Amino acid sequence: MNRFEVLKTIVPVVRDRLVVCNIGSPSQELRFLCDQDSNFYMLGTMGLCSSIGLGLAMSCDESVIAIDGDGSILTNLGGLATIANNPCSNFVLLIIDNGSYGSTGDQPTYAGAQTSLAKVAQACGCKHVVECSGKHLAATLEDVLERGTGGVIVCKCDPGQVPAPVVDLDPVVIAHRFSARVSRGRLDHAGTSSANAA
Amino acid sequence: MTCRAAAAPGGPLSGRKGILVATATDKEIVQCLVGNGVQFITSLPCKQLAGVIDLVEREPGMRHVPCTREDEGLGMCVGAHLGGRKSAILMQNTALGVIVNAIATLVQYYHVPVPMIVSHRGEVGEPVACQVEMALHTRPLLDMLKIPSYSFTDPGQIELLDGILGHCFMSRKPVAVLAQASFWSRAQ
Repeated sequence: MNRFEVLKTIVPVVRDRLVVCNIGSPSQELRFLCDQDSNFYMLGTMGLCSSIGLGLAMSCDESVIAIDGDGSILTNLGGLATIANNPCSNFVLLIIDNGSYGSTGDQPTYAGAQTSLAKVAQACGCKHVVECSGKHLAATLEDVLERGTGGVIVCKCDPGQVPAPVVDLDPVVIAHRFSARVSRGRLDHAGTSSANAA
Repeated sequence: MTCRAAAAPGGPLSGRKGILVATATDKEIVQCLVGNGVQFITSLPCKQLAGVIDLVEREPGMRHVPCTREDEGLGMCVGAHLGGRKSAILMQNTALGVIVNAIATLVQYYHVPVPMIVSHRGEVGEPVACQVEMALHTRPLLDMLKIPSYSFTDPGQIELLDGILGHCFMSRKPVAVLAQASFWSRAQ
């Protein structure tokens, strides 16, 4: 399975959830499969997907899924230490590890050779680190979300992508519709909480 | 339990706190950030910022998350902004060398207001020669990036900070406060 096929399997799991998605092919493929207000598409800034996701998770009650890549994580390994030392039960870092820099022509990454990102995450102090195959990702992601512990999932899959259209949304539109969705979620949450209290 | 920005004070490194080294000027900086609604703050230490960092770590209602690189810190600030929290970063001017891409393609591209409180090393009186090198590039880089910047040389200028923070959030742009060696040395 390549990343597109893997993403396809998790569409039912990420639907209506807050998703921060990595630059390039991952965002293009996710938008093609499941465009929604609650997707934050990165248009640049390789490496900061996990950091945006963590900052967001610390600032809202909803679950946040950051869909990152192995090449991107390798540019911001320090971010794993920050994630480990600021545990967030509503933050799931999903690293789709296809061992390649997909958006630039599938050049190999070190994660596809000697470097295990799951072990790096564990060595940084991250709890709840799971490595799985593409076939098992949907069940694994659902399980982590259900347990409510947060965590890091490293999903090993094959290189390759589909020619999905470039994300041509204005960045301000992406941010605005995303923030509005976060606010609606906060209001809904407050409504649910007060209804439960009553 | 989640970990919202307005969580109780005491961050991940709070167990290792030393003696509080904050001055009255440091307190004024933090109170101004609080007064402008900043609830999320990230930092990479500089000797001159030690007191401010100590204070934000202890400030109720403010979430302080130390970063490992300043571009990572800006990523978290953008995430906090998307989550509805005002954010800020504390850093040294040398960090400008690592945040150019994050400023241009993330903070500015998505119109995210992030005040940057910058300790400006390398000016007259600087004991470490290498600090002078990035000091030479600090203002040109800020100007090139079209980041409004304000130089503080005296603690009395702290009264300008409230307006600068308001301007940042109103305009949805990053701004930089460059706090010079004389600002810190005269701070009480």
